[in-house]
Amino acid sequence: MESVLKTAFPFIVTAAAIGAAFGGVMMVVAYTVLAERKVLGWIQGRIGPNRVGPWGLFQPFADLIKFIFKEDLTPDKSTKFVYFLAPLVALTCALLPMVVYPFGPQIADPLGWLVPYVAGITYVGDATVWIAEQARNMPLTIARIDVGVLFVLGITSVGVYGIALAGWSSNSKYSLMGGLRSSAQMISYELAMGASVLGVVMLAGTLDLKGIIYAQINSPFRWFIIPQFIGFMVFLIAAFAETNRVPFDLPEAETELVAGFHTEYSALKFALFFMAEYVNMFTVSVMCAVLFLGGWYVPGLDYIARFFGVQWLFGVGTIGYALISHAGFIFKICLFLFFYIWVRGTLPRFRFDQLMNFGWKFLLPVALANVILTIVVVYFLNS
Amino acid sequence: MASNVLFFLFAGFAIACAISMVYHKNPLYSAVSLVGVFIALSCIYITLAAPFIAAVQVLIYAGAIMVLVVFVIMLLNMDDDKPLSRLRYLYAVGGGLGLILLAQTFFIFYAVMRTPKHAVNADETAGNTLSIGTAMYTEYLLPVEIVGVLLLMAIIGGVILVRRFDPGHLKLVVDNELERRHEEDEKDDFRIAL
Repeated sequence: MESVLKTAFPFIVTAAAIGAAFGGVMMVVAYTVLAERKVLGWIQGRIGPNRVGPWGLFQPFADLIKFIFKEDLTPDKSTKFVYFLAPLVALTCALLPMVVYPFGPQIADPLGWLVPYVAGITYVGDATVWIAEQARNMPLTIARIDVGVLFVLGITSVGVYGIALAGWSSNSKYSLMGGLRSSAQMISYELAMGASVLGVVMLAGTLDLKGIIYAQINSPFRWFIIPQFIGFMVFLIAAFAETNRVPFDLPEAETELVAGFHTEYSALKFALFFMAEYVNMFTVSVMCAVLFLGGWYVPGLDYIARFFGVQWLFGVGTIGYALISHAGFIFKICLFLFFYIWVRGTLPRFRFDQLMNFGWKFLLPVALANVILTIVVVYFLNS
Repeated sequence: MASNVLFFLFAGFAIACAISMVYHKNPLYSAVSLVGVFIALSCIYITLAAPFIAAVQVLIYAGAIMVLVVFVIMLLNMDDDKPLSRLRYLYAVGGGLGLILLAQTFFIFYAVMRTPKHAVNADETAGNTLSIGTAMYTEYLLPVEIVGVLLLMAIIGGVILVRRFDPGHLKLVVDNELERRHEEDEKDDFRIAL
């Protein structure tokens, strides 16, 4: 019993963490959709959805149920297997980076005070105490990979297959052209995105997301948005293109381009693409917050705790500190998500050749110039 | 225990994908299977404590090179049922390459058996990003530079080959460009005049 518990414990913790993170991300996605409709409504002088639940709060679930019960059409002569595979690839690749997000600081001794009670109530030998010992240092991330930045970029780049295969397998010329268009767009802006991240990696000296956050901690003036402002702007613009959002949202152009890779998709399969887009928005917002805005770091929290003498409640490593930091992290992400929606309500759409010219002839050179500038500065700072 | 299970899972997936890559008639299925092989390999790299190589494997091979291959296949739109006419000597070349691959595999078995079995410090192996970087820019600086120049040459060569600079075409391009600039200048003049 005891040994089984000890073997199973890390798996149970990981499974619970994945479940919690998945649920959280999906809830954020659902309410991003609602927020988008509400905020767009306000920008355009409308009210937005307000019928399902108080203030339209249950609208996302109504949408989901509608998506599930719609008729699922498969176009004739489509390549069935690939046609089914494509939305799965898109959503899987959107969700996978979740495992390396640093959701909050490490909690030292999370429920240490519970140990005697738990051990008294459910006595399973030494196992309970052992589990409490194991949980002493609980990191708020599912898996810590040394190359977190590369992991996220790599998985996102695999997401292109979802779009390309969807366009190809639909057996429709509009879908095929749309798929080619979107995947060409994503490949082009991936370069600028990767190059804009390089500056941050050089300043932090690590590819680990946690290490990058720790390089920006202790003062908001150490956030990389200040020394890497060019990199931040390039990253933000490239992120808009990577997630197929306004002003780069060619797949949304129904009237002039007959939409894009998802023209032939209906019901739940379309919903999977839709969700993948919003999860990708979440991912790039997380990356923006982690790389440029100090991740979960809330400025001044530890000073306040020290000033009021409540370090047992809000000191570094306590649960209170972790909760507030996590809330700060979510706040920064919501800031970027709101920015997305705001831009969608403001800007018109690029034409495809403008989009390509902008990506290759402006954004990529600027990102590379930023890299070279950072190399020079870092070299002289270190010597 | 767990690592063994994971190894057999990913290795099995890799082999299945490789077989499907070779045996599929449709080139797109083959390409997607190859992506599966790359992803399975990168999972194995992660279990071997080499996360950098794993991430680069996905980023470069699956995320960049194979995407271009898939692009080309999608644009060419090949017929599925067209019988492929193969030259006879290709069989000989394929057989020879297969023999070399087999010899390499046996050599790897031999090398693995020769190496002493003891745990290595993960920080000292090729899995560490820092050690890869240091080795690339100190010990192997010259090869890295040579490869970089070769790749640059390949890119420039690709651009030149695609652009097809026959004199008539070139003249057309230059004329169009001149005309466009001329129009823009006129537009600017117009604006200044206003």
